[in-house]
Amino acid sequence: MSDRRFARFAIYAVLAAFAAFYLLPLLVVVLNSVRSTEDINHSSVIGLPSNFVWSNFSHTWSHYCIAEHCSGIQPYFWNSMKMVIPATIISTLLSALNGYSLALWQFRGDNWVFGVITLGVFLPEQMKLVPWVIVLRDLDLFNTISGLVLIHVVQGMSFTTLFCRNYYVAIPSDLLKAARIDGAGFFRIFWRIILPLSPPILIVTVIWQFTGIWNEFLYGVTFSAGENQPITSALIALSAHISQAPQYGEQSAAVLMAAAPTLLVYLFGGRYFIRGLTAGAVK
Amino acid sequence: MQWRQHWDRLSPQLVIWPPLLVSCAYVVLFSAWTTWVSFTRSTLLPEYSWAGFRNYSAMLATRNWQIAYTNLFIYGICFVVLTMASGLLLAVLLDQRIRGENVFRTIYLYPIALSFVVTGTVWAWLLNPTIGLQKLMHDLGWSSFRFEWLIDRNLAIYTIVIAGVWHASGFSMALFLAGLRSVDADLLKAAQIDGAGPWRTYRRVVFPTIGPIFIAVLVMLLQFAIKTYDLVVALTAGGPGLASTLPTVVVYDFMFQRGELAKGSAAAVMLLASLTVVLLPYAGYRIWQQRKAAARV
Repeated sequence: MSDRRFARFAIYAVLAAFAAFYLLPLLVVVLNSVRSTEDINHSSVIGLPSNFVWSNFSHTWSHYCIAEHCSGIQPYFWNSMKMVIPATIISTLLSALNGYSLALWQFRGDNWVFGVITLGVFLPEQMKLVPWVIVLRDLDLFNTISGLVLIHVVQGMSFTTLFCRNYYVAIPSDLLKAARIDGAGFFRIFWRIILPLSPPILIVTVIWQFTGIWNEFLYGVTFSAGENQPITSALIALSAHISQAPQYGEQSAAVLMAAAPTLLVYLFGGRYFIRGLTAGAVK
Repeated sequence: MQWRQHWDRLSPQLVIWPPLLVSCAYVVLFSAWTTWVSFTRSTLLPEYSWAGFRNYSAMLATRNWQIAYTNLFIYGICFVVLTMASGLLLAVLLDQRIRGENVFRTIYLYPIALSFVVTGTVWAWLLNPTIGLQKLMHDLGWSSFRFEWLIDRNLAIYTIVIAGVWHASGFSMALFLAGLRSVDADLLKAAQIDGAGPWRTYRRVVFPTIGPIFIAVLVMLLQFAIKTYDLVVALTAGGPGLASTLPTVVVYDFMFQRGELAKGSAAAVMLLASLTVVLLPYAGYRIWQQRKAAARV
């Protein structure tokens, strides 16, 4: 019996050790965000605050200088919001439509269309960078938030169409047939039958898109500069800018604020988050 | 009336096709364009004169590309093995009717919600010898403690492994756990009745039944590894020197910093080829599996 006890104890010990490893970076950022830079420089980034410097947050939010612009990370945070909200809504709606037509309305070549869209999920971003430069330039959207929205809508559609299509395939086609006999057309069926069945997959899609687009860096850094950058590339610019004299306290506050939206989404929508991951990986 | 019928038939087409066409066309046209440019003499701007395979051989001969691919191998293997091993270990442990399972799961998985930029920035501090873990140990009195991977040419790439595993192992844990939970309870009971211990049950019954999940996780992680970009930029910026550069970084460098569009595109095509090497067998495996499942029905 004591063997069993020991085994249980060992299991919890290993789990707790891993938990500590995962929590360490978060803990470090949270603690540093209320430490002064002198305090950190005198000891290390791993330590307890000797006194709480709450002003790190307000200073980083609205006064910090990133490459000559001294308005804090606030504008970049809002840039990310202005990018992520429309891109998430539009790509979710379009992918629901896409998924619906691919899953439930057979047309010639639908498998091909689906195959190509699936390929889009795997295509590395480096293959698309220069073509996007050309498209954005021709549409006069270079270095604009709208340009980034366009990119994320088009790119995001590959993944989310896949989600929705795989979800809608499970809807019995008899339901559709019955509706069609009753005279319902494409839109009526979508509106009356498909959408009411969709909340689970739409929540997954929204969470997936929100986190993905918020966290995206490569497009942000390639297609925007200066005041039009989203938060991820602004963070990199920030660390590059002050690499001579790092200010860990304020940088930690910035990191925390940049991570907050997706962390909150994860904490409140964790269940759907995991569903999105598994759907994306296994299907 | 007739007009109305026409409209009813036509309007869905107008709605269906534009988004479908856009999502298809951009995949096909964009990859075709980049592939084409990789065969031209383009430098700062795209230019359409044929150069054959010159860019490819030039790219293969650069030190950047060779270092990047060596690094990709080291990073890819370490990242995939460690992420899968820790993910599987955590999933198996969590599967032992653990109190507080939800809390543990939430802790293990939260890194996946963070951007690589955030992950890389924070790990860069922790691994920085002058301010991170090494400094802490020195302050605590262990003055001979050395942990200088971040500034060591031979070891810098392993810092990316650490941060990468930290970021992704919760993901593999979640997939493995879902797999473990999907194993037929009757099968487990049968093994128990046969007197198989827990280790034997896992090895002989559980792991073989979730074989497809192993392969799915493996392919996903390999794909992550090949596409890794932001993490390197945030953590080491490819340095010291070129020591921790990866193919994605080299592509960006040639395309946008050196103004060598054709060479950068050639590098991007080779990146796509590496990805295909991983994904094509998997696609084949999936089709084979589906056929097998269909034949059984």
